[in-house]
Amino acid sequence: MITAELFAIAAFADGKYSQAFPYFGGERRGAPVQAFVRIDDRPIRLRSKIYNPDYVILQDPSLIGIVDVLQGLGEDGMILVNSELLPEEIGLDTKARVVTFPATKIALETLGVPITNTAIMGAFSALTGEITIDALKPAIEEKFTGELGEKNLLAATTAYERVRASL
Amino acid sequence: MGKKAVIEGSMAIAIAVKQARPHVISAYPITPQTHIMEFLADFVANGELKTEYLRVDSEFSAASVAQGAVAAGSRAYTASASQGLLLMTEVLYNVAGMRLPMVLTGVNRSVGTPVNIQPDHQDTVLFRDTGMIQLYVEDAQEAYDAHVQAFRIAEDRDVLLPVLVCVDGWTISHTFEPVEVEEQEKIDAFLPPYKPLYHLDPKKPYTFGSISIDKDLMEFRYLHEEAIQGAKAKIEAIAREFEKTFGRYYGGLTQSYKTEDADIVFVAMGSIIGTLKEAVDELRAQGKKVGVLKVRSYRPFPVEEIRAALANAKVACVIDRAISIGFGAGPLTIDTQAALYGPNAPQVLPFYAGLGGKDVELKHVAEMVAKAEKAAAGEAVSAEPEYVNINWNLVS
Repeated sequence: MITAELFAIAAFADGKYSQAFPYFGGERRGAPVQAFVRIDDRPIRLRSKIYNPDYVILQDPSLIGIVDVLQGLGEDGMILVNSELLPEEIGLDTKARVVTFPATKIALETLGVPITNTAIMGAFSALTGEITIDALKPAIEEKFTGELGEKNLLAATTAYERVRASL
Repeated sequence: MGKKAVIEGSMAIAIAVKQARPHVISAYPITPQTHIMEFLADFVANGELKTEYLRVDSEFSAASVAQGAVAAGSRAYTASASQGLLLMTEVLYNVAGMRLPMVLTGVNRSVGTPVNIQPDHQDTVLFRDTGMIQLYVEDAQEAYDAHVQAFRIAEDRDVLLPVLVCVDGWTISHTFEPVEVEEQEKIDAFLPPYKPLYHLDPKKPYTFGSISIDKDLMEFRYLHEEAIQGAKAKIEAIAREFEKTFGRYYGGLTQSYKTEDADIVFVAMGSIIGTLKEAVDELRAQGKKVGVLKVRSYRPFPVEEIRAALANAKVACVIDRAISIGFGAGPLTIDTQAALYGPNAPQVLPFYAGLGGKDVELKHVAEMVAKAEKAAAGEAVSAEPEYVNINWNLVS
């Protein structure tokens, strides 16, 4: 949910309208959770869940095979998976673009803990341009103060630069 | 100018409450209301809000503390959801009967059993006959605006009634979206400090909630009904004054969206309104004459406004997010049918949607319109309520 929240704040900083919301059944830490983000050039009124996403971000690759992470993702879409494996190695059968990125590794390098929100956002920004890295900065600073903010910003920019270098 | 930022719906409500400068806040946690009270606790802890913030032992106490505080002449606030609101019921009848202008938020969540933490209106429609004012909002911005207005409405000398602001849990309370927050000075000017007409004071004693037997109980009820009917004009006037001051108008008792020339009009409350407006624009692009009537004030019920908005419609699709088990229609349908009763009324098609958080997508709205089009064309369609997006496999 933190990722979705930060995306919504960043998109707004980019001059767009945004909406982020969780799907809550009865969650507890460690259980699979879903969160949704809409970004648009006009105010967003639609309140339903997102069934045909343009992008899927999968923070925990162990969910592959347990949850249908590709559900509703079209051929023109993209799934970004937090994994050190190559896209063809993670067992996703889809015509959509599959991208892997070692967000946990980056998070451990920069934050010292395996919390991947900001690293995966940096990677997503570099891959899609849907939100700019400049907009991520105020979003992260709003959410995290002091040293934690600096570290998370480092996680995002490190991820961003690594993806940029690989493209 | 206010400041516009992406914030959580619960934060929008907490800021509105903070800016209303309540003397007393009583808090007892229940999902999905808890964030509001946590944010308010943060405001107290960091010095942004000076108030008597009381953590109590139940929702019954939360309502009772706020009741006592308002009776003593202060501005007080509390919030709850679902079973927590139900536990407040006994107190809230007293708050309304004593004509105490308390403001509380009902963060809509279904009612057990079965246990469900997701939104519908089963918890707040229960308060239909308490004599409280009930406002339903469609997004986080309206949640902010309506809370500021709620204190003005409640404390109006001609009203003096509690206002329950109903906000769909998760869909609004836990969603991040752009919200414009106004400057404190402007809120202060719009909402001056509460000056009670009567309050508890040992030097000038009054009795609140005294015994009233057959000689005057009915007379109290008469005055209560008169007050809430009179509140209709105040709700509209205060919404218009808010618009003049801050530039936003989400409706008074109702809000009409493209109803003027519509053959088919949706009647609904709460966050589903956004999805309906979006659907209406799509359907109009296909040449279908569809509109939405948002019922913003469920009590007092906008009988005249509904009649006027539906005067030229052929079909009214009423969407209930609650069920009156045993009647065969939801509360909003029952009330709307009663309001429309007469020879020129449009045909009413009732729908249950969004019970227990069941999702409503654009395609479901289109399905409802397809049924309504048949009715509008004179074809016979069932007037039984339809369960939108139901999984028949689970009930067969």
